[in-house]
Amino acid sequence: MLRLRNIDAFYGKIQALHDVSMDVEHGEIITLIGANGAGKTTTLMCICGIVPPQSGEIYFMEKSIRNMNPHEIVSLGICQVPEGRRIFPFLTVTENLDMGAFLRSDTAEIKKDMDYIYSLFPILAERRHQSGGTLSGGEQQMLAISRAIMSRPRMLLMDEPSLGLAPLFVKQIFHIIRQINEENQTPIFLVEQNANMALKVAHRGYVMENGRIRLADTAANLLENEEIKKAYLGL
Amino acid sequence: MSFEQIKKSLLVSLWFMVLTFPIMVIRVNTIYHTVEWRWHRMFGVGISVFVLSFLWRYLMGRKEAGLKRKDRGEADILSRSQKLLHEPRFTRPAVIMAGAFIIAFPFIFSIYQTNIMITALIYVVTGLGLNIVVGLAGLLDLGYVAFYAVGAYSYALLNYHFGVGFWIALPIGGGIGMLFGILLGFPVLRLRGDYLAIVTLGFGEIIRLVLENWNAFSFGPSGIANIPRPGLFGVDFSLREATIYIYFLMIALALFTVFVVRRLQNSRIGRAWIALREDETACQAMGIDKTKTKLSAFAMGATWAGMAGVVFAAKTTFINPASFTIWESIIILCVVVLGGMGSAIGVIIGALVLILLPEYLRAFSEYRMLLFGAILVIMMVFRPGGVVSEVRQTYQFKGKGD
Repeated sequence: MLRLRNIDAFYGKIQALHDVSMDVEHGEIITLIGANGAGKTTTLMCICGIVPPQSGEIYFMEKSIRNMNPHEIVSLGICQVPEGRRIFPFLTVTENLDMGAFLRSDTAEIKKDMDYIYSLFPILAERRHQSGGTLSGGEQQMLAISRAIMSRPRMLLMDEPSLGLAPLFVKQIFHIIRQINEENQTPIFLVEQNANMALKVAHRGYVMENGRIRLADTAANLLENEEIKKAYLGL
Repeated sequence: MSFEQIKKSLLVSLWFMVLTFPIMVIRVNTIYHTVEWRWHRMFGVGISVFVLSFLWRYLMGRKEAGLKRKDRGEADILSRSQKLLHEPRFTRPAVIMAGAFIIAFPFIFSIYQTNIMITALIYVVTGLGLNIVVGLAGLLDLGYVAFYAVGAYSYALLNYHFGVGFWIALPIGGGIGMLFGILLGFPVLRLRGDYLAIVTLGFGEIIRLVLENWNAFSFGPSGIANIPRPGLFGVDFSLREATIYIYFLMIALALFTVFVVRRLQNSRIGRAWIALREDETACQAMGIDKTKTKLSAFAMGATWAGMAGVVFAAKTTFINPASFTIWESIIILCVVVLGGMGSAIGVIIGALVLILLPEYLRAFSEYRMLLFGAILVIMMVFRPGGVVSEVRQTYQFKGKGD
């Protein structure tokens, strides 16, 4: 569904990505793990069009999206849950969700989706008139994910959804990720530092080091890989 | 009242006595070459500063106590002024009385008062327009007066060359304002914050300088005179009638502006502006076209400035570049900030206070601007969010849970 081919990306003169190629198929959860500064977020930014790659190609549903604007890419159905949640603190929960549906105009369907989200996260329903900034970190992450779902994405990109959350919330968030994937067959591209959790929930994984893809395998194999265990899982 | 406080106040008053000594005490008579020492004034300054410093400390103490209460969660989220605005028992008679007052105003008061009111209403409209740009979209625009000038000159020139009437010029002026908003917005809106402010400041000055120096086009500093007042189906008005007519026209325009701004504020594009002010990256992730959204806010604000400019030209019947200096931009910005960013009622109150105050302070002659400045400073210390801080109608969604 999503294909990256030989992507090189630069920040000024510094090369952040070297020859990155990867695939995400329909219904899959793919995870990209790696250390700080490995190039995980940059890869996401390339897909979203916020950091345009210098060379290489990105195809989404057989269509090149390399030179598109961020909002055009979103309108194709690629939606991002940005790193650090980035909800709108002065808009209410409901308004935040409505911003997620910015590109849609089917009012009845939007209402239906909002009901679905409130059934998925009862806590958000309870706080629907509260402004986003007053929610706790975990609730904000739920809101950020919900906001992305509101755009009815064909594919979800998530940047470190477990960042800065309590262990209990981390578990819950990963549970939700799996649920979204199973219910709608939405492919999810998950960038994570919490490699252990990410590999448990994903089908396949890529390991990134210094802007290069080091390893690509099924999640189960990666979890058993001695090198990975040592470097990323702390075992 | 402890000894410590008295000592502090004494020091403050001493400091002020020294500071104001040259201007308050010494008077040099240049004709008789004598120096007059007015010592009683120094004591006056000392005593009044001493008293004022106590008053100041008392008010600051109250403010801090209020903040502490808020921290403990005793105070409601809504402040007192906001509660007042939501209490129908209070608002209904207030609205009726205000309405009656507005209608009766030009008939009770002199033509001079009505003229001042028209000026204030022009600032209400421009303030509400700038509120879209600064208050909602968070783009600090210091060259807003440029669009005001564009509106005024488009009416004046269209009338001069083609004899276009006021009512046709009003939408055209708005349209040309919008066009200039888009033209200036395109290169400028990739900047943020302070940089945007500086560049818009420059653009405002460029427009003024062009008007001042391009004699063949705008008649330079001598301006354009004999701009006709607005007409009504060819009826000839006396000066008094025309003023009253413009007054009601401005009231209608102001009401229309309030209506449009409120509708915009609660629409999806309005929420997109607020969202863009808060987090640009998140907006991009939601598929909001950053440039288009910002540009629409900029163009919207410029449209209102253009229309207000047309009315301004029609009201004064004479315009020249001196009416569109940076000072005007700053006054309009003050209206928005002082009134309360993002709040329509706040902007109206801000405009009335800021424009009417200097007029009625004329009784204090040379101290007028000093008092005006003092009031601004005191306002910002005690009500940093403006007279009426933002109360947004939030988007309510009635689903299964309700």
